[in-house]
Amino acid sequence: MKNTPVLTIRDLHQYFEQGTINETHALQGINLTITEGEFVTIIGGNGAGKSTLLNSIAGTLPIDTGQIVLDGKDITYDSVTKRARWIARVFQDPKMGTAQRLSVAENMALAAKRGEHHSLFRFGTPRSARPRFQAALKRLNLGLEDRLDTEIGLLSGGQRQAITLLMATLQKPEMLLLDEHTAALDPKTSATVLHLTEQLVNEEDLTALMITHNMQDAIKYGNRLLMLDHGKIVVDIAGEEKKHLTVPQLLDLFNKASQEELTDDELLLSADK
Amino acid sequence: MDILLSSISQGLIWSIMAIGVYLTFRILDIADMTAEGAFPLGAAFAASLIANHANPWLATLVGMLGGMAAGLVSGLLYTRLRIPALLTGILTLTGLYSINLRIMGKANIALLNQTTVFSAFAQFSSTMQVIIVGALLVAVIMVLLVLFFNTEMGLAARAVGDNPDMSAANGVHVANMQIVIYMISNGLIALAGALMAQSNGYADISMGVGTIVIALAAIIIGEVLVRNLTLGKRILTIIIGAIIYRLIIALVLWAGVDPNDLRLFYAALLTVLLAVPLMRQLTKQYNRRRANRIHIKSLNAQAAKEDKAK
Repeated sequence: MKNTPVLTIRDLHQYFEQGTINETHALQGINLTITEGEFVTIIGGNGAGKSTLLNSIAGTLPIDTGQIVLDGKDITYDSVTKRARWIARVFQDPKMGTAQRLSVAENMALAAKRGEHHSLFRFGTPRSARPRFQAALKRLNLGLEDRLDTEIGLLSGGQRQAITLLMATLQKPEMLLLDEHTAALDPKTSATVLHLTEQLVNEEDLTALMITHNMQDAIKYGNRLLMLDHGKIVVDIAGEEKKHLTVPQLLDLFNKASQEELTDDELLLSADK
Repeated sequence: MDILLSSISQGLIWSIMAIGVYLTFRILDIADMTAEGAFPLGAAFAASLIANHANPWLATLVGMLGGMAAGLVSGLLYTRLRIPALLTGILTLTGLYSINLRIMGKANIALLNQTTVFSAFAQFSSTMQVIIVGALLVAVIMVLLVLFFNTEMGLAARAVGDNPDMSAANGVHVANMQIVIYMISNGLIALAGALMAQSNGYADISMGVGTIVIALAAIIIGEVLVRNLTLGKRILTIIIGAIIYRLIIALVLWAGVDPNDLRLFYAALLTVLLAVPLMRQLTKQYNRRRANRIHIKSLNAQAAKEDKAK
């Protein structure tokens, strides 16, 4: 069961504004295999390509070059809607992950049917589903189990992000994508949501990709760490080595990696002259 | 009393149109101009069929289906060709003008002494006939819409209106849901057109002009009356809004305003209604600032007193 590849990315390139003076080569040949049960944290500076990578996997960004295979299926050209059958996602902005004017129960009902047909002949939020939603909310310990009929837009960002996380697991995804999902929260709420993330990933035995800006979090959570720089994977640490990693070591690795980038750039510049 | 009854009868028919406009306006956040073509389209189908002695219910149904087809066209232009919503509506509306002329064969069809859907209640006065049929239809529409929006598909459609990205990420076919809303919306609008032609006794090629403004006014009156409601209750306020709107128009005409100036009045009234939320906010802000000025004055007075005490 373990060591089965869930996600395989081959030679993925993404360009922005290709053919113009502002052309950016955002992803420069990403090769990555993620196996079942891996909880991968991704760090990197601004513009390193973290979000571009996640958007490519989720399907919100059409792929320029390369191939994405999920559980043996080539999903390179599948739409976001089609990929939703296998991929669940939590966005950075708490507003993005939920439909604000719908109730908590309605949001959860929609997520529980992720990727399935939306029938005209079944109720969207059946009474029979409420106990299950209530039980799931209870696990959050945020007192939300009595607020199934509250408009979700009235809840705080942290509460909504916790619910979005729960929603992503109501229907077990083959791949869970977390796009800096605690970046918009205050430190205390962020810690709570991260803890919940770890709990859900472990309990449901999920395979997950989590982007974070915080090196400490990248080390603390997950069992594999990737560092992106200028659209390339420059560090890939897993297992025991990752467990014993410290922030200074990570910084050191980061500097080394970007140093190499710098010299590369210098070479390019001098070659131009 | 006559004014009240005729306003109710007209308001009921307009409320069907307003409910249709509401679906695109508030659920998809689009002011869909297709409405002004779908309304006469429904009227054109119904009037030309009835003039040829077809069953009036069948004629009305055909009108409604025609409106759904128009909605399908706009929905496809908007979702598949990614044409901006406003242009989409104008394109369909422009095309429909020729189609409506084709259906009617001339610019105006009179329906004098024809059997209409209102004839079923011939024992009542003509106004009461419209009220009975209108109320029945509005009730059926309300029940069907509330049921629809509580199905899985309806829930997905509401989610699309709220947050298309989240909906897609949860596997909802966003474009299909938008098209469904476009079709239901314009089907209802055409149904209102078909009923209006039968109630007025004629269909006219230009009867759609300005109708979206009337529908929006009915919606906004309802929203100004009561804010934040579930769909079923919101439909009720739209019906009341439409009736109030017809009453206002009736009073304006009764007061001697030239009917030729009516469209200017429609536009002005809707402008005022659209400005109400801002006005409310500004009044609140004005009152808060006035209270705060008094508060600051008392702070100043106290500070001065403490200075003196030193």
